[in-house]
Amino acid sequence: MEKTWNNKAWFLVLPVLLLVAFSAVIPLMTVVNYSVQDTFGNNEFFWAGTDWFSQILSSPRFWDALGRNLFFSLIILLIEIPLGIFIALNMPKHGIGVPVCLVLMALPLLIPWNVVGTIWQVFGRVDIGLLGHTLEALGIDYNYVRNPTDAWVTVILMDVWHWTSLVVLLCYAGLVSIPDAYYQAAKIDGASRWAVFRYIQLPKMKRVLLIAVLLRFMDSFMIYTEPFVVTGGGPGNSTTFLSIDLVKMAIGQFDLGPAAAMSIIYFLIILLMSWVFYTVMTSSDADA
Amino acid sequence: MLELRNVAKLVGGDYHIHPTSLSLERGTLNVLLGPTLSGKTSLMRLMAGLDRPTEGSVLFDGADVTGVPVQKRKIAMVYQQFINYPAFTVYENIASPMRIAGKDKATIDREVRKAAELLRLTPYLDRTVLNLSGGQQQRTALARALVKNASLVLMDEPLANLDYKLREELRAELPRIFAQSGAIFVYATTEPSEALLLGGNTATLREGRVTQFGPTIEVYRRPADLATAKTFADPPLNALDVVKAGGTFRHGGGGTLPVPPHLLSVADGPVTIAFHPHHLALIPQTPQASLLRARIQIAEITGSESFVHLDFAGARWVMLAPGIHDIDPDTEVDVFLDSRHLMAFGGDGLAIAAKLAA
Amino acid sequence: MARITLDHIRHAYGPNPVSDHDYALREVDHEWEDGGAYALLGPSGCGKTTLLNIISGLLHPSHGRILFDGKDVTDLSTEARNIAQVFQFPVIYDTMTVYDNLAFPLRNRGVPEPEIDRRVRDMLEIIDLSDWANRKAQRLTADQKQKISLGRGLVRNDVNAILFDEPLTVIDPHMKWVLRSQLKRLHKKFGFTMVYVTHDQTEALTFADKVVVMYEGEIVQIGTPAELFERPRHTFVGYFIGSPGMNVLPARLDGARAVVGNETLALDHAPVVAPGDKIEIGIRPEFIHLGREGMPVRINRVEDIGRHRIVRAEFEGQPIAIVSPENEDIPAEARITFDPGAVNIYANSWRVGAKV
Repeated sequence: MEKTWNNKAWFLVLPVLLLVAFSAVIPLMTVVNYSVQDTFGNNEFFWAGTDWFSQILSSPRFWDALGRNLFFSLIILLIEIPLGIFIALNMPKHGIGVPVCLVLMALPLLIPWNVVGTIWQVFGRVDIGLLGHTLEALGIDYNYVRNPTDAWVTVILMDVWHWTSLVVLLCYAGLVSIPDAYYQAAKIDGASRWAVFRYIQLPKMKRVLLIAVLLRFMDSFMIYTEPFVVTGGGPGNSTTFLSIDLVKMAIGQFDLGPAAAMSIIYFLIILLMSWVFYTVMTSSDADA
Repeated sequence: MLELRNVAKLVGGDYHIHPTSLSLERGTLNVLLGPTLSGKTSLMRLMAGLDRPTEGSVLFDGADVTGVPVQKRKIAMVYQQFINYPAFTVYENIASPMRIAGKDKATIDREVRKAAELLRLTPYLDRTVLNLSGGQQQRTALARALVKNASLVLMDEPLANLDYKLREELRAELPRIFAQSGAIFVYATTEPSEALLLGGNTATLREGRVTQFGPTIEVYRRPADLATAKTFADPPLNALDVVKAGGTFRHGGGGTLPVPPHLLSVADGPVTIAFHPHHLALIPQTPQASLLRARIQIAEITGSESFVHLDFAGARWVMLAPGIHDIDPDTEVDVFLDSRHLMAFGGDGLAIAAKLAA
Repeated sequence: MARITLDHIRHAYGPNPVSDHDYALREVDHEWEDGGAYALLGPSGCGKTTLLNIISGLLHPSHGRILFDGKDVTDLSTEARNIAQVFQFPVIYDTMTVYDNLAFPLRNRGVPEPEIDRRVRDMLEIIDLSDWANRKAQRLTADQKQKISLGRGLVRNDVNAILFDEPLTVIDPHMKWVLRSQLKRLHKKFGFTMVYVTHDQTEALTFADKVVVMYEGEIVQIGTPAELFERPRHTFVGYFIGSPGMNVLPARLDGARAVVGNETLALDHAPVVAPGDKIEIGIRPEFIHLGREGMPVRINRVEDIGRHRIVRAEFEGQPIAIVSPENEDIPAEARITFDPGAVNIYANSWRVGAKV
């Protein structure tokens, strides 16, 4: 919607614009610049054109990592969204329980990524970790350092523990905004618990769910810190996601050109996927 | 004086407000009357400078204020929701615009007490607004709008969230309050009866178009077109499509109605005749009243009057008859039309010779 | 449909009510007929919504019982009471079609599908939404949505009662007329027991056979619209019903005469009052005639509201409202007369008098 003209308003947003320019636009341009050139250090650059892009796109290493990313995001969404909805549905709506639950839910969100990683790294260790040791004692063979499945389970568990709260809080906000009259009407219409969920709660939560799915997708697709701290991308390459691979390539091997090309591809994938999610979910809204 | 010159608002290629010209004088109350989504709020936003018109210009006391943002003009707004500072007392709420304007303590105190007296809030000055009834909360919002000493006060359905009886009381007080201020008041409502009770001037709106503007009772009695007449009728306007031939109107039911003297000069051909529900009765109002036979749909009784819903020649009418008439549905009755008040509209919807007996 | 008995119902929201002031609902003891249309009318905070929620089962009264057709339902849940309710804001299932919205309560109760189809199609016809049957309910206008809410209640023909909680609040004035008369026709046709809560007197009076006027947690009068208009039992009823409300003037009694200031009114009977009672007379603006004869008044303001005029005047130092018809002259030296028999006498705000 058009608003009134006020040229002074631009001065107010200027600092933010500058900040965004320095923190996002200029680095992005640098990355684009790197992605089309080759360097052997010493600040000497050679024009490489789209060579890096074709190299990345034809490397199995990239596709494997991408596959891992997609699979990981899929599992995360499949677990966190239903689990988040389920917890939100069962949270109290009145009384002292509300602030208690909200604080409990917010706690994991307050912990920095690398701390979460460290906590779980210790937690899952077979020798001293509570989880690892207990599982070992129960006779379950669990070792995230050796077994790829165990490594995956650990990373997923960690993400679920860290981020389900976000989905819960968003869904809860959606749920409490439903007027009581809807529940009363449903009672009077003799609706079952499932029907109340399917026809009242779910449609009313749709907008916040869209935000939850988008946030969780983008975030899980960009996962870096937790696997980096816990598994370091291993065992083997089993938890080497695109982001970890990228860092290995850029910092570890100092292949700046391919790494830059890869980051651009990575960025475009996230943009594309987010757009697809958004369009799909809002268009179903428009049909309704 | 606030003047809109061909002001229009286009959104995505569609007119939300069609080109509109209006002049509102200082010290007047101007009602914007129209159904939901007819453009009342959009028009107010243009007047206030909250939105910039796509076409035309807005003048205040002769100076062009088109595009001058709302915070640079002396404007107060009152909304349907009671908007106050919840943690403040009534006194602080009323004082807030003057504190922002940096008035001295004595002036603020004097003005607050004056406004509180006018709006009967004096006993509640020390209470926080959350402990007040809806009516008192809205009075506080009104008082705040008044002390701002704004040159333009815009009110968007300010009484809609109040109880019926409270609405009636505040409505009766508002003209008195307005009379004491030199500002231009603009008041949006969906209810024709509210416009009539407030008096002043009325602009009727329909689908983003101001269909007529003038003294309220004039617009009600002499609507310029059918759209205005319909907007300004509660109970709904009764209308019938007829063909005029000499001294008779022939209607779809096959029957005829005599043409009243004031409409005899209308050219022969198809016209729409219309009249208000209280001009239909079960007993003849004048010797000239036309007798019609109609089928009863349902009768609603208010205690002193009856709203009788009728079917006549395929048209749905309402009769507002004094007294209690609990007539059974689907019976046929004789009704009388006071044809002195008949209005006639041409095919273009414009009123033709709608001269009414005073 | 059922007869509703409210057996000495009191309700307090707080845990330990002591005085009358702690009760949102003081004492309600009434029996409402099967098939009657009742309106609960009163200002906000008068207890009308509390009473409605007690009938629907959303609230359990602190004292007393509620019976449907003589059967105690006080401890039954809302679902078990078999009632329908229409709320202030339209409650519809957004993702369902109009048809499915209406079929929903029937499907939940395991009604066979051919029977559902018949009843839903009938109801679509009645609420005039047949053409919209397969549209998603979300896209409809407020009044269409409210029609769906209404239809969902009416489609179950076995309900004990249909409750309305200010159902026309969000509806445009013109549409209100249409919906209201449709509702009235439906009631005439099917004879449901209906309870309608509102603060709007026009809605209450036009809808109901019996209007229940509530004030400060009590029922002050139950009567037909005409009774409430002509013989208000309490000055509050006189004030609340009618626009403008009844004129209430302080007076003194002298046998079969009432004295207001310097004027004396002859009454058709001698009211019996206790000494020391606060005496007032009540006269409706519609029953005062403005002309050249009678008692002098000073006219302050004339409000022309189209179909008639409201004259604000001063009579014996008291403000008084008079309704004057559209085509009548208002003389400069105006005088007024009261309709004989239209004057009510009040002692301590309650009506006294031989006539009922």
